[in-house]
Amino acid sequence: MYTQALNTSDGDDRHVEDATRSAQFQARIDADERIEPNDWMPAAYRKTLTRQISQHAHSEIVGMLPEGNWITRAPSLRRKAALLAKVQDECGHGLYLYAAAETLGTSREEMVDAMLTGKSRYSSIFNYPTLTWADIGAIGWLVDGAAIMNQIPLCRCSYGPYARAMIRVCKEESFHQRQGFEIMLTLARGTPEQKAMAQNALDRWWWPVLMMFGPPDQASQHSDTSTKWKIKRFSNDELRQKFIDATVPQAQFLGLTIPDPGMTQDAEGHWRYSEIDWTEFKQVLAGNGPCNRDRLAARRKAHDDGAWVREAAAAYAAKRANRPVAQAAE
Amino acid sequence: MATPNSPLWEVFIRSRNGLAHKHVGSLHAADATLALQAARDIYTRRGEGLSIWVVPSSAITASDPSEKGMMFEPAESKIYRHPTFYDVPDEVGHM
Repeated sequence: MYTQALNTSDGDDRHVEDATRSAQFQARIDADERIEPNDWMPAAYRKTLTRQISQHAHSEIVGMLPEGNWITRAPSLRRKAALLAKVQDECGHGLYLYAAAETLGTSREEMVDAMLTGKSRYSSIFNYPTLTWADIGAIGWLVDGAAIMNQIPLCRCSYGPYARAMIRVCKEESFHQRQGFEIMLTLARGTPEQKAMAQNALDRWWWPVLMMFGPPDQASQHSDTSTKWKIKRFSNDELRQKFIDATVPQAQFLGLTIPDPGMTQDAEGHWRYSEIDWTEFKQVLAGNGPCNRDRLAARRKAHDDGAWVREAAAAYAAKRANRPVAQAAE
Repeated sequence: MATPNSPLWEVFIRSRNGLAHKHVGSLHAADATLALQAARDIYTRRGEGLSIWVVPSSAITASDPSEKGMMFEPAESKIYRHPTFYDVPDEVGHM
């Protein structure tokens, strides 16, 4: 889901490659052909996609943490079952994405290690805490809503395995957004305290959600090549604007106030928003958000605690493989 | 932190009776039993299938996409294999 903000540069790595092959590759992209794993591709295309897809996968996995926080405290069995299914979906999305990234030649184990050691990032949004049940509503409605805006164009991304994974993800994501909106609607129509809780969640999530789309266009590195390669079809600001225009009427329906007193609608119907605090975004990306340390610690603990299971499964498979054929066929 | 890399499996699902199993993606698992269980959890959470196949990715032999020209040329030059190659007068009606 949350890749837009992660397109930060690690320097110019465009190698001087075979000019003919590069030109043929670009011609295929321009003709809207899909690139498949065994096709020739520029090293920089492979590297950009490996980084983007693996960070997208990490985001799905880390994204289970803030929501998982409320599974045991969901207000009803219905809500609990739905939240459990949603968190399970996020895990599935992470696995589709790791599988897509692996087709570029990096193993899942290497990608997971890069995340656990802090070398590879995940979306900044998951470094914010879920303080109340209303946050589960706000995440579904806003975070997943923003993710859908970002992911729908990725269904047409030039790299086949990524585009196919995104089609599956988008189909499932729409349940997530509706589930979140329903929670917000129930709270907004509830007691004054419940409505205040919903408003408080919107107040806290609004700005971080807008940051999910990444830096403003004039500051965004990497965009040019990603656009040329048809990995990215819309700019950060275009997607952010689409999200805001879609979300403002939903907030009005809920009777909640978007925490941006300077927001106005222009003549074309677009909602113009106030300046985003990019220093906060940079701080969170740099590891100084409210939950960065907690999230990584939780992932490392889960990875370490699961090590014996992976080892046991591998040992069992090896034992079975070494059995005489007659016995194995029993 | 290092864990042995578990084998990769390709997953095929039959979505309805009468349809062929179709490739849906891949996953990692230590053995076939675990691969089948993981395939159920990852690829059929919404009733997508009636039957699952898992195949070790290493067991697949694939054609080389860069040689697709040579590989598929024999079919491309034989338009007489298609029914539209043959002229049948309109009076004959549907054939």
